[in-house]
Amino acid sequence: MIYARGLIKRFGDFTAVDGIDLDVAPGEAFGFLGPNGAGKSSTMRMISCVSMPTAGELRILGMDPVREGPRIRARLGVCPQLDNLDPDLNVRENLTTYARYFGLSKSEARSRAQNLLEFVQLQEKATSTVEPLSGGMKRRLTIARSLINNPDLVLLDEPTTGLDPQARHLLWERLFRLKQQGTTLVLTTHYMDEAEQLCDRLVVMDGGRIAAEGSPRSLIETHSTPEVVELRFTDEVDYTGKLEGIGRVDPLPDRILLYTDDGDAAVNEVHRRGLTPSSVLVRRSSLEDVFLQLTGRTLVD
Amino acid sequence: MAHPTVAVLERHLHLYRRLWRASVFSSFILPVLFLISIGIGVGGYVGQIQGVDYLAWIVPGVMASTAFQMAIGESTYSVLGDFKWVRAYHAMRATPVEIHDMVAGWMLYILLRVEIAAVVFLGVTGLFGALHSPWAAVTPLIAALVAVAAAAPVTAFAASIDNDSYFALLFRFFMIPSTLFAGVFFPVDQLPPVILPLAWLSPLWHGVELSRAATLGVAPPWPAAVHVGCLALFAVAGLAWAMAAFRKRLQD
Repeated sequence: MIYARGLIKRFGDFTAVDGIDLDVAPGEAFGFLGPNGAGKSSTMRMISCVSMPTAGELRILGMDPVREGPRIRARLGVCPQLDNLDPDLNVRENLTTYARYFGLSKSEARSRAQNLLEFVQLQEKATSTVEPLSGGMKRRLTIARSLINNPDLVLLDEPTTGLDPQARHLLWERLFRLKQQGTTLVLTTHYMDEAEQLCDRLVVMDGGRIAAEGSPRSLIETHSTPEVVELRFTDEVDYTGKLEGIGRVDPLPDRILLYTDDGDAAVNEVHRRGLTPSSVLVRRSSLEDVFLQLTGRTLVD
Repeated sequence: MAHPTVAVLERHLHLYRRLWRASVFSSFILPVLFLISIGIGVGGYVGQIQGVDYLAWIVPGVMASTAFQMAIGESTYSVLGDFKWVRAYHAMRATPVEIHDMVAGWMLYILLRVEIAAVVFLGVTGLFGALHSPWAAVTPLIAALVAVAAAAPVTAFAASIDNDSYFALLFRFFMIPSTLFAGVFFPVDQLPPVILPLAWLSPLWHGVELSRAATLGVAPPWPAAVHVGCLALFAVAGLAWAMAAFRKRLQD
């Protein structure tokens, strides 16, 4: 579906994407994980054929985006980071006018709009204008709109950024359904839980480059330990030395992370050494830890 | 299968169906008020001009200037808004719709709006007995040419700016002078010779003279082909500029 080799995007002196290789297969849910400014959105815009690569090779659905942009876009579904719904049209008209951009007949546009409104659970809002909808509803409408042409490949740029937890879970559930139906999904996110929930495979991006690639599980296995202990101390003492040997110690501004195979054993050892942290949390390793390991920084600053 | 240009036109018409009430006054009522107040009111003092009633003399001018002002007014906030606030063109950019479809669909929408107003105005002025030649039937075509000659460059301008306060400059330094010195209410040869070239540069003046020649059945001051050529030059240059401005705005 997507093939990229040495893909580069520069804006003047700034290099947003610095030579990445990608292969996305049909039916896959593929993610770009990284902080703001990592080059995720620039990569997405090149894949959606609205931004031209500065250098490198890119094939979307086997076609060249520079020469065959309209033909490729006819088979893509794009859910942009910034909502661009028509606020003065109602919910259904937003879908039907968009359907016409793909050359669908009016009756086909209406019937697809109806099915998609059901799919994203907005059928009761069909004649409402867009303005009063909640953020989650607008995003669901944008996703419905991106599916109007039965796309082979759906691109979602930060689909749940700015939504409350309930709205996010509903959206994830819909996207999961889509994935089960065999639609190829490509999404960017700076939420590790989103990447873990939805992606079969992902790349971790940082500074325009790919820092690591794999399934969420294999990334955690390769770059982190099974468990992590989070310790917080109230005083300003440097505990790094006193924790030495229990696991890999990673001091953050507000807490200390201990990477270990057995969290409970590590906590026992902390107490045996006479240390009294104000709070102790044992948890499984996550993609956040992978990112921290790879880049030395947290995902959401 | 619907052509992408038609799909773009449909989107604008869909919106117009929601918002048409706001434009009824400026498109249909205001031009008639102009005729009554200036054509009949001022006309009472002026009497005849170039051998016809003052009312009949200003009808073609008011028609062309209505097309001109509608085209400009429509192509300002709507265009900037669809880039900056609604991002409708960004939405289109993600579909098979291409830049030329966006510009063409928008121009067709403006044309449709102007044509409806022009035909209604023509009917009303016919009732006033202000049309003196069967050539009056071509005035809607002249209005269409004036509309594109004005809307294309203004659309390009609106697509190039990031702040709507520039529109005040456009109205002040382009639209108002173009209207004042375009021979709508008095013959431009009344103007001092230093100002006269302003009229020649105004696309509206060419449209007014062509329309007047048509409704009165007289020859325009310059050969008709030259007036048409000047308008076509504005239109073609404006369309090229609009395509470039859209492309620049949507490219990253």
